[in-house]
Amino acid sequence: MAENVKPRVRVPRDATAGEEITIKTLISHPMESGQRKDGDGNVIPRSIINRFTCTFNGETVIDVTLEPAISTNPYFEFQAIVPETGTFEFTWYDDDGDVYTDSKEITVG
Amino acid sequence: MKTVLRGGIAGVALCAAFAVQADEEANLVVNEEIEITVRTDAPEHLENLSTIYSGWVFRSSETQALQMDDFENPGMIFVDDAIEAWNTVEGSAGESCASCHGAPEEMAGVRAVYPKWNEEAEEVRTIATQVNGCRTERMGAEEWKYDGGDMLNMEALLASVSRGMTIDVAIDGPAQSTWEKGRDIYYTRFGQLDLSCANCHEDNYGNNIRADHLSQGQINGFPTYRLKNAKLNGVQSRFRGCIRDTRAETYSVGAEEMIALELYVASRGNGLSVEGPAVRN
Repeated sequence: MAENVKPRVRVPRDATAGEEITIKTLISHPMESGQRKDGDGNVIPRSIINRFTCTFNGETVIDVTLEPAISTNPYFEFQAIVPETGTFEFTWYDDDGDVYTDSKEITVG
Repeated sequence: MKTVLRGGIAGVALCAAFAVQADEEANLVVNEEIEITVRTDAPEHLENLSTIYSGWVFRSSETQALQMDDFENPGMIFVDDAIEAWNTVEGSAGESCASCHGAPEEMAGVRAVYPKWNEEAEEVRTIATQVNGCRTERMGAEEWKYDGGDMLNMEALLASVSRGMTIDVAIDGPAQSTWEKGRDIYYTRFGQLDLSCANCHEDNYGNNIRADHLSQGQINGFPTYRLKNAKLNGVQSRFRGCIRDTRAETYSVGAEEMIALELYVASRGNGLSVEGPAVRN
């Protein structure tokens, strides 16, 4: 397992119905591309986050495939329109099978 | 979005300011909460400058914006790592940093006064030498490598809890001889290119050296997250980079000369705010 992997998410606590909100996510991860060699000339095996998804009350907001050229600590910022009070679920899938999750609730007043 | 926008406006103001050397320039507020002094009157001992500027002022609006919000500041990732190390028991004494010092926030103000004379050790200590002093003498743990990853993370944590506080490094009393040594190094020309620190950072700040916009070389933002290498950079490693660029043989990090230089350069920023971990290019 990659070390020190920690997801971070920022979602506004509340919004008005139909408002476009900005969501920011960041996960600390080395994103080892598999193209590099260590000091002895051996290839360092690829170890990246290969997929990131965000859902709102079970409905997909964004589903991203990540490739090896994406740098360390991948950061995503995107907009969403929230129709109702609910929960955003964020999921990152690691090459080694690990899955990291975070969730944030938002109140629509 | 708001912060980005504000950064953009600030950037425009900044260009104008440097074109005409006016005083309308960007201001730095972190998390819409912590006010950072990025320009102020030079400390008295500085004869050749009237105003001192944080390196933040010299960066592009995009880079500036990264530092206005902890979520976007990549340096804060390392601060999180350091919080874990802070609470981790290590060494033969069975203690962590937290055992003596409590929460990291208790250390607010420390970064603002270092490097500092240590009465017991009878030497000027940087935060790094002090941390290693704690580790070896009080925790019975292994030293961290000077400017290594663990050390820089911890320095970033200690800086982050002091953000906004005014740098106030003591240059008199027992530290004075070290400070004078640092000043001598600052004004000594080194290397095949025959450059002193002052040639660039005092005589030519605001000008471009090839594609680089020269700052005053202030170190209030260290340890600094640099976009060019995507990691935290220690101040003495940064000095090494500068000295290397003059094609000189450099001192090692942690060397007596480096500590003297760090003390002197820190004192040139007396009056600015602690900013670390800052974001630079």
